[in-house]
Amino acid sequence: MVEGTGAIRRTAAATLSDHRLAIAALAAGLCALMLAASLIGAYPISPGELVAAVGRRLAGAAPVGQIDTVLFEVRLPRVLAAVLGGAALAGAGAAYQTLFRNPLVSPDILGVSTGAGLGAVLGIFLSLPVFGIQLTAFAVGLATVALVYAVASVVHGRDPILVLVLAGVVVGSLAGAAISLLKILADPYDQLPAIVFWLLGSFSAIRRTEVWATLPMVLVGLLPLLLLRWRINVLSLGDEEAKALGVEAGRLRLGVIAAATLMTASVVAISGVIGWVGLVIPHIARMMVGPSFDRLLPTAMLLGGSYLLLVDTLARTMARIEVPIGILTAILGAPFFLWLLMRGREGWS
Amino acid sequence: MASLRTLLALLLVLAPLAAYARTVVDSAGRKVEIPGKIEKVFAAGPPASILLYMLAPEKMTGWPDPPRPEERPFIAEKYRDLPALGRLTGRGGTANLEVVLKAAPDLILDFGSVRDTYASLADNVQTQTKIPYILIDGRFEATPTALRLLGEILGVSERAERQAVYVEAVFAEIDAVLKDVPVDKRPRVYLARGPDGLETGVVGSINTEVIERAGGRNVAEAAGQRGLVRASMEQVIAADPEVVLTWDRNFFGKVHGDPLWAGIKAVRDKRVYLAPTAPFGWIDRPPSLNRVIGLKWLAGLFYPDRLSQDLRETTRSFYRLFYHVEPSDAELDTLIAWSKGQAPSAAPQPRR
Repeated sequence: MVEGTGAIRRTAAATLSDHRLAIAALAAGLCALMLAASLIGAYPISPGELVAAVGRRLAGAAPVGQIDTVLFEVRLPRVLAAVLGGAALAGAGAAYQTLFRNPLVSPDILGVSTGAGLGAVLGIFLSLPVFGIQLTAFAVGLATVALVYAVASVVHGRDPILVLVLAGVVVGSLAGAAISLLKILADPYDQLPAIVFWLLGSFSAIRRTEVWATLPMVLVGLLPLLLLRWRINVLSLGDEEAKALGVEAGRLRLGVIAAATLMTASVVAISGVIGWVGLVIPHIARMMVGPSFDRLLPTAMLLGGSYLLLVDTLARTMARIEVPIGILTAILGAPFFLWLLMRGREGWS
Repeated sequence: MASLRTLLALLLVLAPLAAYARTVVDSAGRKVEIPGKIEKVFAAGPPASILLYMLAPEKMTGWPDPPRPEERPFIAEKYRDLPALGRLTGRGGTANLEVVLKAAPDLILDFGSVRDTYASLADNVQTQTKIPYILIDGRFEATPTALRLLGEILGVSERAERQAVYVEAVFAEIDAVLKDVPVDKRPRVYLARGPDGLETGVVGSINTEVIERAGGRNVAEAAGQRGLVRASMEQVIAADPEVVLTWDRNFFGKVHGDPLWAGIKAVRDKRVYLAPTAPFGWIDRPPSLNRVIGLKWLAGLFYPDRLSQDLRETTRSFYRLFYHVEPSDAELDTLIAWSKGQAPSAAPQPRR
């Protein structure tokens, strides 16, 4: 901490603009990536056709062949969903890591992904249509975290953060057991493959309506994080210090958990379980702009959006079939995380 | 065929020597000693239980899973209420070896892959339970061989022969049509699985075997990939299949009104087909001999001009010969309407 504040004090003005520059560069990079991703895919669309299709769209002219459908109903929604998903997961991860004062924390620490997984598996087991599956995933994801919070708030006299994490572990593994039970009971030739694919995560079935339904949810979760960014910084000092600075840690923590959970659950409901993004991306962001949450949040979200877009573009183009994105994020994320561990804890405090 | 001939030769030599026990060679090449008369057989998984039900329902100890209410009318009355004993192999095994021992079968039967994993599992279970365990090759093309081999083992050769001849006739009928249709003239088919229709089987997978055998070209090609995969909407649009097959009622119910699927040739031409799943799936689910009826149905859909068939009669004769039921007119109506897209309910009924 001393080192960090020292550095900030030394070149306060320069660092501030450096950070702005870094964030602006990341935003520009994300835009470039989105444009590139819009041009790549199984259905060949040239830059000229892209411009023509956008022109048609703006002029309200009739679509030509399948290009308009591919572009506006399939590919762009998918690009947006990947960016939205990456941003939400990384943003929630950054919030959780600051909240728990622990770099090993990911958005699933309180069981939201496992809960959403259980909800989706239940939906598939009951042969619900796609929308029903997404709804049960979302609802059970939120309910799982609510249960964890309720269990933790019953326990008094211990470190509240430790109790929360332990309750998350317990409820999460219960949900995991329920998933296994449903897998056993599911039809092995029909429902089981659908369950397996859902748990591997994928943006392959994303459509426009799902992006429009998810976006406001993510924004509703993001808003309190943005408004409370300074207070969340104070939380990272510990409950006692926060209290001394006039921040009521318990209530603020509930707010942050609710916000980050909403962001994660709404994304996971449409994409399936995608690991590692919410764990690794906040680390990279912290290496770039330091631990201060007001800078960490936008940096992590921009990085997360770019990263997941990159990985999803790989997932849909590297083979003739889809590679489940959860597999790719794990293959890329795990070695990187090991490398981070070997570098030690610099950049955290 | 060679192994079958060896087996028959072996049986002829051994028959007089061992009146009570004999040794058979299963499809994995394992030599298994079996009792002279087999009364009860435990089927290790759903594909095996269907093969066993077709050949010798009276020898079944139970079903892997209880039949769903909508499936029950198409299973002969005597066997509808056999106990559910769980699955010993395959996806999601649930059977307990003690359950197997309590059922006291003379033989355990598995039908499907004969790869080393399954052979060693068979060896393990056989050593542990002292019940002979045989593996039969489940490749679709080997169906007549499988029927004759198991018919011989179970002592129901006559029924096995009738069924094998039926399957050979279906294969031959389709081959006669395909002989005159060059590969690039065959319909390009996409198998849509899962509620969003974006799960599929790649070329050569057990899930699409029946499509390829019926003369369809599976659009999901992926070198080095096997089995089930996920596709993206964009890949389906780029492949633009001429026929889409599914048995998922959620997907079938929505595909015609879905703007993303609207531009796909199969949807524009109204060539999206829903496969019935009673008592077992017509094209898969599970991959066993239940696919023979689906094979005839698909060939008729792919080549309506070259293969004329009375689906009602086909269904009646198949269900009589293989499922031991005489479907009523109303039940036949249900199946025919189902194969034309009108499933009896919006979603499969839960098992009881």
